[in-house]
Amino acid sequence: MKSLFDKLWDAHVVVQQTADKPAILYIDLHLVHEVTSPQAFDVLRERGLTVRRPDRTLATMDHSIPTVPISSLSELDVVSETAAAYQIRQVMKNCSDFGIELKDFTSPDRGIVHVIGPELGATQPGKTIVCGDSHTSTHGAFGALAFGIGTTEVAHVLATQCMLQRKPKSFAINLNGTLQRGVSAKDIVLRIIGEIGVAGGTGYAVEYRGSAIGALSMDERMTICNMSIEAGARAGMMAPDDTTFEYLAGREMAPKGAAWDAAVARWRELPGDPDAAFDREINLDVSVMKPMVTFGTNPGMVVAIDEPIPAPSGNDKAFAKALEYMQVEPGQRLAGTPVDVVFIGSCTNARLSDLEAAASIVKGRQVADNVRMLVVPGSQRIKNEAEAMGLDDIFKAAGAEWREPGCSMCIAMNGDTVAAGRLAVSTSNRNFEGRQGSGARTVLASPLTAAASAISGTVADPRQLVD
Amino acid sequence: MEPIKSITSKTVVIPLDDIDTDQIIPARFLTTTTREGLGEHLFTDWRYTKDGTPNPDFVLNAPEAQDAQILVAGRNFGCGSSREHAPWALLDFGLRVAISTEIADIFFNNALKNGFIPVVVDADTHAWLLENPGVEITVDLESSTVIVPGRDPVPFSVDSFAKYCLLNGLDQMGFLTQHADDIAAFEARAE
Ligand code: SF4
Repeated sequence: MKSLFDKLWDAHVVVQQTADKPAILYIDLHLVHEVTSPQAFDVLRERGLTVRRPDRTLATMDHSIPTVPISSLSELDVVSETAAAYQIRQVMKNCSDFGIELKDFTSPDRGIVHVIGPELGATQPGKTIVCGDSHTSTHGAFGALAFGIGTTEVAHVLATQCMLQRKPKSFAINLNGTLQRGVSAKDIVLRIIGEIGVAGGTGYAVEYRGSAIGALSMDERMTICNMSIEAGARAGMMAPDDTTFEYLAGREMAPKGAAWDAAVARWRELPGDPDAAFDREINLDVSVMKPMVTFGTNPGMVVAIDEPIPAPSGNDKAFAKALEYMQVEPGQRLAGTPVDVVFIGSCTNARLSDLEAAASIVKGRQVADNVRMLVVPGSQRIKNEAEAMGLDDIFKAAGAEWREPGCSMCIAMNGDTVAAGRLAVSTSNRNFEGRQGSGARTVLASPLTAAASAISGTVADPRQLVD
Repeated sequence: MEPIKSITSKTVVIPLDDIDTDQIIPARFLTTTTREGLGEHLFTDWRYTKDGTPNPDFVLNAPEAQDAQILVAGRNFGCGSSREHAPWALLDFGLRVAISTEIADIFFNNALKNGFIPVVVDADTHAWLLENPGVEITVDLESSTVIVPGRDPVPFSVDSFAKYCLLNGLDQMGFLTQHADDIAAFEARAE
């Protein structure tokens, strides 16, 4: 009796693990970006190694890239810090030296690494996927086994297309019920992290199952798998189904014709056996969930928007430090707290449906005077599609900034930052101290909640604004 | 890599839970393309005040912390991103071991690959270490035990392969490249 995870694992073992040695696991797709790869390419150079499978490697530039329009390296130099511009040049040189396809800042395919993999159809069910980036778990939404890895492992995969790994334990999170209006996939995953804690998934590969998953779009499934790492999980995944296949059909790197039919037939075999065993299992009912907002400095410090911030248990120094940093108190409700910045973006929530959700709230309304609202599409294609639908006009008319794609304020490496002490409601995935800029305070929320907060000028419950 | 058998040092204690990699090394320092020099920015937002002067209240700025090689931290140390810059920064600063009751997965793996030893101990030992900052202890890799004065040796678990690599100063790239034939055979089967 095998789970989805067992099947994915077993199909990629090159050499089985033993008591003495981890397994050698084959990697089908390696995604590369500018921040975690330069030192790995240096290792290859030092040892005279080549990239084993450039055809299974795909690179982009997303973290340190500016979100103002640039069309040349000389324009990049004007808008970027020297180190960031150098890093962009390095990834261009490395990809060219080692024969890797790079979606650079002039490419119509460019965007956040975890957005473009699925969008191009490179992310497929049954694959093992790695990237030097913890949110690689996103790709698990397609029934892939996707791990975030460090730079040493990036070098391993470049050189050998393999990594050393011991099989993690398995964790089933069963989600049933129907979401209420104004509540979204982001709220589900924040609720899960609140439930199991930021270390609750440590050592596990998580499989999300249940009727609620079947009802979600691929965009929504990716939002949930994306944040698996915020619960400490090694990977997050969902069984592929017709929704998955419909999403992939016709995409550039997806199989075509007879190869497509054969692939779908294989993919239909991937879902786990009904009686597959897991090391841990929990059940949650999504129909009672509400919009969620974080109040502290990790994604597990989260409450429903209309509920009070809890009191710390015992002498929890980190909890007290977090509340002090966020300038909030136990018993307080976040709704109504003044907001300085609203960021709609990141690999968690910058896909087309996220932008549509935010636009549905913003349409015909104005961003509050005290708020700077930044909308950063996850990819160039999403930007183009959104513009074709007129979403950019809705945002701009409301007073929001409409930017070029990239990670932007999610990680604040490219010049898009939140100033010290300012409060940002963000659709990204991390509210760590200083994540959006030194001293910046971050409230994580769904696109609906973020957009509602931009309009109201305070942290706001979107359920009053959705029709 | 230099072989590592054991590390004896006094400890430095940061008692907070859930210390994430953004605190260990903030993203604004990740535009570097080398591994060197990151120790300067380790825990930067805690080590320095807004005007750039050292924060006298932060433990790593205390004179007695300067040559400590063993960090004792609250539970779930190293959560967050996959940035290997976190163990690089810790090592560059002079730290070589982190002890906690739980250490996040990706950080744990990254650390071992760089000769930084993540050590998970039981809650009782952890509580004692938190209460006795600056005590001299030994993390003995060969026996996989922490030797604490006046207490029984405390076992910790370290993957046998990672341990073998650390004890012998080997890195894992060599091991993987030796399996080129197995990898080619797998590709031939799968494609
Ligand atoms: S959007 Fe944020 S979380 Fe996603 S890859 Fe970029 S920096 Fe990482």
